[in-house]
Amino acid sequence: MSTDSPTTTYKDPRASWFRRLPVISHFNKSVGLQRGMLVTGLVLTGIFLLTAVLAPVIAPYGFSQISDADGGFPAQQAPGGKHLWGTTVGGYDVFSRVVWGAQTAVMVIVVAVVMSIFIGVILGLVSGYIGGWLDRILVVIADAVYAFPSLLVAIVMAIVISGGRSSLWGGIIAAAISITVVFIPQYFRVIRAETIRLKAEPFVESAKVVGASNVRIMSRHIFKNATRTLPLIFTLNASEAILTLAGLGFLGFGIEPTSAAEWGFDLNKALADTTSGIWWTGVFPGLAIVLTVLGLTLVGESINDLNDPRLRGRRKAASGKGGPDSTAGAQAAIRAEVSSS
Amino acid sequence: MSPNIDPRGTGHVLDIDHLRVTFATDAGDVYAVKDVSLEVNPGEVVAIVGESGSGKTVTAKTILGLLPETAISSGAVLINGNNVISVSPAKLRQIRGRDVAMVFQEPSTALNPVFTVGWQIAEGIRAHAHGTGGRVSAKEAKSRAIDALRKVGIPDPENRVDYYPHQFSGGQKQRVVIAAALALNPGLIVADEPTTALDVTVQAEILQLLRDLRDKYGTSIVLITHNMGVVADLADRVVVMYQGDVVEEATAKVLFAEPKQEYTRKLLAAVPHLGRNSASEGMTARAHQDRKVLVEAKGLTIEYPGRLGSPGFKAVDGVSFTLSEGEVFGLVGESGSGKTTIGRAIAGLNRTTGGSLKVLDYEMLNLKERTFKPLRKEIGFVFQDPAASFNPQLTIGDCVAEPLIIHSNPTPAQARKRVGELLESVQLPASYADRFPHELSGGQRQRASLARALILNPKLLIADEPTSALDVSVQAVVLELFKDIQSEFGFAALFISHDLAVVDILSHWVGVLYKGKLVEQGLGTQVMGNPQHDYTRRLIASLPVPDPDEQARRREASRSLLAG
Repeated sequence: MSTDSPTTTYKDPRASWFRRLPVISHFNKSVGLQRGMLVTGLVLTGIFLLTAVLAPVIAPYGFSQISDADGGFPAQQAPGGKHLWGTTVGGYDVFSRVVWGAQTAVMVIVVAVVMSIFIGVILGLVSGYIGGWLDRILVVIADAVYAFPSLLVAIVMAIVISGGRSSLWGGIIAAAISITVVFIPQYFRVIRAETIRLKAEPFVESAKVVGASNVRIMSRHIFKNATRTLPLIFTLNASEAILTLAGLGFLGFGIEPTSAAEWGFDLNKALADTTSGIWWTGVFPGLAIVLTVLGLTLVGESINDLNDPRLRGRRKAASGKGGPDSTAGAQAAIRAEVSSS
Repeated sequence: MSPNIDPRGTGHVLDIDHLRVTFATDAGDVYAVKDVSLEVNPGEVVAIVGESGSGKTVTAKTILGLLPETAISSGAVLINGNNVISVSPAKLRQIRGRDVAMVFQEPSTALNPVFTVGWQIAEGIRAHAHGTGGRVSAKEAKSRAIDALRKVGIPDPENRVDYYPHQFSGGQKQRVVIAAALALNPGLIVADEPTTALDVTVQAEILQLLRDLRDKYGTSIVLITHNMGVVADLADRVVVMYQGDVVEEATAKVLFAEPKQEYTRKLLAAVPHLGRNSASEGMTARAHQDRKVLVEAKGLTIEYPGRLGSPGFKAVDGVSFTLSEGEVFGLVGESGSGKTTIGRAIAGLNRTTGGSLKVLDYEMLNLKERTFKPLRKEIGFVFQDPAASFNPQLTIGDCVAEPLIIHSNPTPAQARKRVGELLESVQLPASYADRFPHELSGGQRQRASLARALILNPKLLIADEPTSALDVSVQAVVLELFKDIQSEFGFAALFISHDLAVVDILSHWVGVLYKGKLVEQGLGTQVMGNPQHDYTRRLIASLPVPDPDEQARRREASRSLLAG
């Protein structure tokens, strides 16, 4: 509890790299309701990811399995017994399909978001930094893509790429590319805006003055500073990617049930069941979509709030006395400066 | 109603008693104000001075109850018997404007651009009429706004009351802000760095206005500033703050004549004083004229393109000068004079549009980045804001080594060694190479910035306001270092600043820029001691010196100069 330590201790950023990771650092500086939101989001997202990774262990049957050693599965069986969440009209086990569906969703998210981040970031950097006619053309294209309803673009892409439906990887790639096309303008715009802002910063100008090339300035000086907001867009886009994928599947542009499990497709097939009182075929895939999107959105929104010092809640300052002087480092530096005069 | 009467009978307009303010931050609690007690008498100007982080602005904001939610304050701030810290929000709203008003630092952001100034002044009048149950008609509010504008010396207030903020100059905007503060005749005005954003000639006018307010209306003023010249010019009593504590309190005359505390003495010694410690002391002719000319401008013109249909803006208009090897050329001017534009043009950051600018025999008029790049290693550049001129993601070592890596492709070990050498020559430990820019103080960063500019041993260094973002004590250290390194390395330097006293300390040869034209150049001692051009005379007369008696004499002299 020293209020004035003579030795200045600076925290070494490399030693605490783990605490500086996007989500971890956000968790550390959150309090109260904001921490609750973040934790809920993290738990939901964690369950989603674990389910996807451990699908072969968790799921009692394969996604396209309609029979086992005891013979064929009964159709439209209510939850309970051998089939925890019941079976569909085609005889698939609902629980297994939901679990395997998580895997499909993760694959689509990863492929789609990785592709759109790469292309979007590179285009945004170049467009923002070089400017001129290239910038104008790219912005117009991005605007044009924005103007399309995203699902419509996704449908067109799905048809162009795979003729509507296809195998596991064909389906995943088709869905991922269609989502990519819709998302690139988002990354492009964010990175371009940041690049234009950073371009006028003195540290970029100081790099120009020493004669750094454009490629060096973009890669070394702008890139890392422009990508701070990416974790946020990533989480928000991931949830949107799931919705787009589910929408595609629901409309019939998804993946064949024999190639992979897909929540949207299952929802579509469950439509006819609702009128006959069979709820389990629709509720479980639907819940899976809702909870996954909710989890990812909560994480994204929390990160957004925590990144903004004005929105971030803090513990109340203790009105008592004492306590370590947190500005000791800076003040010691100033003191050293003054006394050396 | 005279707001100067204190019901408790202490006779003070403001009474601060054992004030403590604590902020909750990510890094734990910060004690911004530790234990401050002071009082302000009617008609008194009390200056609170201190460097950044001393808690002076937090103290000022507490007086108006403007602290953010993350702050917790204890103690008492009494204004006319009301404790601002504990009163209800409704009561606080009544106190603000009626008993105490605030003048902010930046007049262009303190005014709302989409309303007329008359409306903004009348806003306070209307708000308070509402609180007491009455209503003020639009006509009456306007006439009171006109009165307020007349008080602060805005010419033709009947018409200008309907103007928008952008139609006023910076100094006039600050007058409008003061008019708004005066609208309800408060007994106390808190002015937080009221002249920091203004040019020195405008600053003199605003200080005169504040003095008139005190003399004519008996308004008390709490003046928050870091500028010792402003303090000497205006304040009756001075409170020196350091790291949240009051270090010393005395009348202005006593404080400047015989400061008691060590810190106050250091602070006063660090303030650059025009005419003392001049670099051109004892020189009779311009030095270094036998050496090679590095920069030669002949009728240099730089024009920024206007919008479609409107003519462009001439930032630099027919400027001619030379800069020889080993010479320090000081370029002085107020904002908009084109001094920064010239510096940036020499570094190839701005394009020239007319005349001739030769940098190391390269004609900048037809600048091609590819052909100019080899010359860049001969030019170093120090930027104004040391915090912004380093890439926050790279270590100091990486930043300083950047020019070396671009131009000579050294091994990592070589680069490290050279960075270490340079850091030591700017008096930073070589181990600082592993730190990140945010872990250094402002002065340390600016030294690292100097190290980066010098790592390739350039022939020419351009320093654009290198000390204006620094505290005065830090500025003194950095200036001293700059002087030492310049004589050791022997590079030529173009030193750009708005502060005459700072330029005089470093420069052998001084040029004064006014609205894009170089109105005067000569030896530092000559320009400062015997200015030829009207503008230079005005500039020097407006500069407040940190000595109340001398400043009072200078003020009289400058008033007669402006009148005559």
